[in-house]
Amino acid sequence: MNFIIQFVNSLTSGGGAYQFLNHILNGISLGSVYAIIALGYTMVYGIAKMLNFAHGDVIMVGAYVCFYTFGALRLPGPLAPLLAVCAAAAVCTLLGVTIEKLAYKPLRSAPSLAVLITAIGVSYFLQNAALLLWSSSPKVFPNFFVLRTVDASGETAVLRSIQFGSLSISFVTIVTIVSCIVIMLALTWFTGRTKMGKAMRACSEDKAAAQLMGIDVNATISLTFAIGSGLAAIAGALLCSAYPNLVPTTGSMPGIKAFTAAVFGGIGSIPGAFLGGLLLGVLEIFAKAYISVQLSDAVVFAVLIIVLLVKPTGLLGRTIREKV
Amino acid sequence: MSKLVPVPSGSMVPDRDLNKKPVLECVDLGISFGGLHAVRDFNIIIGPTEISGLIGPNGAGKTTVFNLLTKVYQPTQGTILLNGKDTHGMNTMQVNRAGIARTFQNIRLFDNLSVEDNVKVAMDAHMKYSMWSGIFRLPGYWREERAAHEKALELLSLFSMEKLANIQAGALPYGAQRRLEIVRALATNPSLLLLDEPAAGMNPSETAELMENIRKVRDALQIAVLLIEHDMNLVMNICEGICVLNFGRIIAKGTPADIQSNPAVIEAYLGKK
Repeated sequence: MNFIIQFVNSLTSGGGAYQFLNHILNGISLGSVYAIIALGYTMVYGIAKMLNFAHGDVIMVGAYVCFYTFGALRLPGPLAPLLAVCAAAAVCTLLGVTIEKLAYKPLRSAPSLAVLITAIGVSYFLQNAALLLWSSSPKVFPNFFVLRTVDASGETAVLRSIQFGSLSISFVTIVTIVSCIVIMLALTWFTGRTKMGKAMRACSEDKAAAQLMGIDVNATISLTFAIGSGLAAIAGALLCSAYPNLVPTTGSMPGIKAFTAAVFGGIGSIPGAFLGGLLLGVLEIFAKAYISVQLSDAVVFAVLIIVLLVKPTGLLGRTIREKV
Repeated sequence: MSKLVPVPSGSMVPDRDLNKKPVLECVDLGISFGGLHAVRDFNIIIGPTEISGLIGPNGAGKTTVFNLLTKVYQPTQGTILLNGKDTHGMNTMQVNRAGIARTFQNIRLFDNLSVEDNVKVAMDAHMKYSMWSGIFRLPGYWREERAAHEKALELLSLFSMEKLANIQAGALPYGAQRRLEIVRALATNPSLLLLDEPAAGMNPSETAELMENIRKVRDALQIAVLLIEHDMNLVMNICEGICVLNFGRIIAKGTPADIQSNPAVIEAYLGKK
């Protein structure tokens, strides 16, 4: 009960309301990153009916590519980070499609357990390849989202956040939330209005029937991996801008959390991944702030278990009809 | 209705199709699962505008023939010539793009897509705009999507379904779902349409309407239709040629009148006297 009292106290005391708002914003920001990653899980699951546990490590690869490209580019203004993120997205897209072609495609008709184990294998492969390539020493990821201002006396000041009274919102938070909303809208439009998107939905419902209607299922699966992995790269850059410690295992924990978010929202559902990601992020930050930093993950997973007990298909998941 | 005339290999086609290349020719087609021959020595020739039927008792191998033609199963013997072209080595998608479309015994629509999207998604192979023009809504996207929209409505109107275009396919009544499956198959622009029990679960008036529609589709699109059906009234009424299958083998071929008086067919359906 202690934390409830603490929570109520913090709300009623002077700076509490601001703090509360701040936690919400941080939660939404972290949740946005989870949501972007979760989209990759949920789309791949929806279409290829497999859990791509290597997805988290694609985030890490994206972050490293972003880190090195940014370091190599000596460009002023927002051009360098933008190019770095584009490079990371391109590399990850290629990586995702290659992983699918080499590791998962030969197992298209294999039992799902074989595919799952392969995905875990790919995950370890990527982590160890990163260890070999980039060593285990942590890299400090640069904060892309800063504003350099020159005041009257010629002093340059580096701004990392906007101040609203005693509420300060960092640029990373704003960019992350905006990116997530843009990605969400774009994906909804893509799956709803274009022939590739409709082909994806058709494949996710009935792959064999889709094939019999002339839809190229292999190309559709490749496209899904491409989109998911490209998004993972963006998520990697956003995640590491907020939490700048980059090591070869950086992707695994956010990967698992995002997978949880996808299940939480209803795996296979795009709005579900969005909702699940946001809720998970807010929950995690609240648990950290008002309950205990050490226990926060336990709280998050406990809530997940309760939700799945009540609604086994996740918040927005549909009940799957088994064909007999 | 035109007369059936014999062509080599013991098949018959309507006389109007006599000098045209057959849409489908199966030579000694067969498949065995382990040692069991589900279908063997299946020979058939179908004219380019012919409506023909494939009948037989339960388990005779009718749907297996459809699965062979659409490469859901790879044949273990024989050849399939589609418009004179050997389909050996093609997969399901390629066979569809080469001209065979089908419906399913148990309806397999994309339930979460709208009626119109079910039809449009089947035109996927014929729409060429790139992913980028899709994302950035370039002129190519609008042009092709508009053309697809019009084509979809045109096909739906063949079955008087154009008013249902925006409804979710899964929410349609049963009869409409069966019709939508046919429209979706037609959207792939086939030269041969395979219908797997199109009248299953329909009442007599719906069946009569379906028969009319199948003829209308054939006349409007000038395509061949091969259908599996247990409703003998439908089969005898609209099929020009009928092929009877029992235990995976063809036991009779001919016009509806021939089939009705064929002793082997009567025996297969009713048992020995």
